[in-house]
Amino acid sequence: MYDGGKVVFGLALFVALCTSPLWLSVARGGGGAEAPPLQMPAPAAGKCVRDGEWMRNSHMELLNSWRDEVVREGKRSEQLADGRVIEKSLTKTCLGCHTDKTQFCDRCHDYVGVKPFCFDCHVETAGG
Amino acid sequence: MRILVSLVAVVALYLLAWVGVGVLGLRTLFGTVLPYAALALFVCGVAYRVVRWAAVPVPFRIPTTCGQQRSLEWIKPSPLENPHTGLQAFLRMALEVLFFRSLLRNTKAEVRAGGRLIQGSSKWLWAGALAFHWCFLVVLVRHTRFFTEPVPWCVNLLAHLDGFLQVGVPAMTLSSVVLLGALGFLLARRLVTGQVRYISLPADYFPLFLLLSIVATGLLLRHVVRTDLSAVKEVAMGLVTFAPSPGEGAHWLFYVHLFFVSVLLAYFPFSKLMHMGGVFLSPTRNLANNNRAVRHINPWDYPVKVHTYEEYEGEFREKLKTAGIPLEKE
Amino acid sequence: MTSEAKPDQMAYYDREKLGQVDLRPGGADWMDVPVNMRPGSFIYPAKEKHLQYFGLPNPRQWFPTDPDWKLPANWKEIIIEGMRERLSKYRSFQVFMDICVRCGACADKCHFFIGGGDPRNMPVLRAELLRSIYRREFTQAGKILGRLAGGRELTVDVIKEWFYYFYQCTECRRCSVFCPYGIDTAEITMMGRELLHLLGVNVNWIMEPVANCFRTGNHLGIQPHGLRDTLDFFADDIEEATGVRVEAPLNRKGAEVLFVTPSGDFLADPGTYTCMGYMCLFHEIGLDYTFSTYASDGGNFGLFTSHEAMKRLNAKIYAEARRLGVKWILGGECGHMWRVLNQYMDTMNGPADFLQVPTSPLTGTRFEHARSTKMIHITEFTADLIKHGKLNLDPSQNDHVRVTFHDSCNPARAMGIFEEPRYILRSVCNHFHEMPENTIREKTFCCGGGAGLGTDENMEMRLRGGMPRASAVRHVHEKHGVNHLAAMCAIDRATLSTVCEYWVPEVRVTGIHELVTNALVMKGQKKREVNLRLEPIGAQAEE
Repeated sequence: MYDGGKVVFGLALFVALCTSPLWLSVARGGGGAEAPPLQMPAPAAGKCVRDGEWMRNSHMELLNSWRDEVVREGKRSEQLADGRVIEKSLTKTCLGCHTDKTQFCDRCHDYVGVKPFCFDCHVETAGG
Repeated sequence: MRILVSLVAVVALYLLAWVGVGVLGLRTLFGTVLPYAALALFVCGVAYRVVRWAAVPVPFRIPTTCGQQRSLEWIKPSPLENPHTGLQAFLRMALEVLFFRSLLRNTKAEVRAGGRLIQGSSKWLWAGALAFHWCFLVVLVRHTRFFTEPVPWCVNLLAHLDGFLQVGVPAMTLSSVVLLGALGFLLARRLVTGQVRYISLPADYFPLFLLLSIVATGLLLRHVVRTDLSAVKEVAMGLVTFAPSPGEGAHWLFYVHLFFVSVLLAYFPFSKLMHMGGVFLSPTRNLANNNRAVRHINPWDYPVKVHTYEEYEGEFREKLKTAGIPLEKE
Repeated sequence: MTSEAKPDQMAYYDREKLGQVDLRPGGADWMDVPVNMRPGSFIYPAKEKHLQYFGLPNPRQWFPTDPDWKLPANWKEIIIEGMRERLSKYRSFQVFMDICVRCGACADKCHFFIGGGDPRNMPVLRAELLRSIYRREFTQAGKILGRLAGGRELTVDVIKEWFYYFYQCTECRRCSVFCPYGIDTAEITMMGRELLHLLGVNVNWIMEPVANCFRTGNHLGIQPHGLRDTLDFFADDIEEATGVRVEAPLNRKGAEVLFVTPSGDFLADPGTYTCMGYMCLFHEIGLDYTFSTYASDGGNFGLFTSHEAMKRLNAKIYAEARRLGVKWILGGECGHMWRVLNQYMDTMNGPADFLQVPTSPLTGTRFEHARSTKMIHITEFTADLIKHGKLNLDPSQNDHVRVTFHDSCNPARAMGIFEEPRYILRSVCNHFHEMPENTIREKTFCCGGGAGLGTDENMEMRLRGGMPRASAVRHVHEKHGVNHLAAMCAIDRATLSTVCEYWVPEVRVTGIHELVTNALVMKGQKKREVNLRLEPIGAQAEE
């Protein structure tokens, strides 16, 4: 007795699962190999509160500490290295420049499958 | 010694990837060539091993029965421990593969003075093994977010549930923590338990060190180094769409992580990790205990020399006759 | 310990010392530790005449403590080729060589390890004995990395080690219950022994029964007239005990049922009482049956030799059923016999299409679960009789018996016959007590003498291997006053008697059908004052 049929079925399932991202990509017509472009604010908006490269990887850390400082310690503003004083506010400061969340925040978050809980509370547009 | 060899091997792998990407910048090699090669080895290797096993027949039906057989109508059988049909055997296998039924039975023996055996329940191995395997699966499924675009809703949901404790940003996932803990436990019991240490080979330590390194670099990438995830996904999607991306934005540690995973995939088919496929082919578990109801065929059965009744009667004719036992030929 | 006692005698072993076991292995790697071939822990080699009669290779005079085992010149080639052949014939062997992860779940499940503490008796290492050679000879990693990949050179010392440890495994399959992949050391041991047979390395305690069985139909070499005398002698004893004269037909053509039992029941106490039990039962219900001199053993030491030997010895059962023209076959209380009957017979020597589905002539029950082999277990048959009220039982005749039940390895783990014997025991005894849960049913402990290891020259290992079972027996003896251990296996009845005598002398061994008949009220019986052993019964025996 060999049970060949069952083994072949099992193996086919295994290979299909292992290579499923490939098939799925083909079925969806490819794409996704490049991160979607982000809509950057107009140059007039000025410099970001931190270095762009750092923000790319670690903005969540900044937002997290802002939340703690504002909510728990009541420290609402911060002086940057270049002398500017900004308000520690996602809605006012961040979204003030990056006006369209869907064209900026969501682009990356959706691409890498991140669901931040920022907008569970915050509204999505500046001044809203 | 066996531990040291395995540890040194993993450290060497780490150094290799660090020098390769961190110093020499061989991103295409570590980000494209090796992962492709590893995946090909993994899929083909596993398939090859399983086909090789399947090419060997199962001459006899030899399930290990762990419950009441099906016999008389009024005796309740245990279909999951002693299956009588193919479906029941399938369910028994499901319990085995999904919940490690047999390990759950584990006991620990101790002999007290005068040959008194004490057997206690011992579920730690079961718990550790189950935690490791399930968390590994969850982590694996979570990682498909890098290999799919758009990310399937179920993957996002899983990641969301996994991070429900909301500790830290990005949220610490429960599966990674338990995975690390379970691996640590499995390694610790190998090092500490006398019986297990005595039987352990380098081939037992190496995968543990390798997996620990994979989890550790993954956790570092997520919580400490914080590499650019878009760049990471570009590398992964590049592989998936056959349009390799150099992934310039990704941290070198990501390539170490990827290299460890590649090594795991490539090593898999040649190692004890093949228990993943083998468990399905174990004749003591995957067969129904219905030998007396359904004849099992041995494909290589051959005639053997037997002692026929005629020969027997020929030799013992006089004795049979004296004892008054009926004969074929008087 | 008495100074005159020899290693093959119980008295040689101090109970306190033997009961001190350290289960924490340490020290040198097992590959570097030579085998300690001490008297009392190995079995003598097969005599030349038995190998010659059965047609096995390399018959010669040798002894395990000899430096030179007189192996064939090309022994290494024979082993490698033998492994190659078996790897391609048995998926179990191939898969079990490949997938062990050395999790250690099996380590403390073997009765020989628990009773002796020898690390190579951990099931995982017993498999590694073969696996290390497999890696070295059949895997690339092992060829290149050698010891680092867990491989090792095949040397004569390895053969000696195999001989020692593959004859320290009773193929009881307890480890297989706990293994997450079901790796079955019985399979490993069977392969190991098959390989050793290719070199003529085997033990007399198995090969003599095999040769006997091939020639006379039973392991003990009982010839037809001897069996006639034995059964007549049993009938005399039965008459003395019950006042009823029973018949035991032999080779009777046209009987409805062929009855096959292990030959141990013909010769070795207390199995003989179980055989008398069958005879009384069959007489009482008027079963149309016959014993056979040709198929006078259901037991099959071929199972402990090789698959081919098993098939050669088993063939006689169907052949005899066909010759006698019976309708179906009934099997007695035996352990490994039932492994063969349940898992091998139909595949090896079937199909039994000339027989009919076993049907109880008294209750009309059709034993559908045996519709292919046409052979049922006597406890299935008797349990059905009792359930249908066909037996007049007086359990108080067993009131002096406080009994526990030892699940025999093979009926437990190669069949799953747990409730039938228990139902019978509860019906015929008023005092039945289970041993602790981890020592019964699928987790039952071996008697320590199965798979052809139950010989006196192996006394130390038998006592060690029997220790876990004895420990559980002692537990119920102390807790419930248990004084009888019932077992439905001829090897159990022989070897557990020794084990109990050593570890729990207050408990003695009995068979299921001995107790059945002792509780059976037979038509025309005289007042029952003694049991089949001709000892006082019931309340009279209490004091």
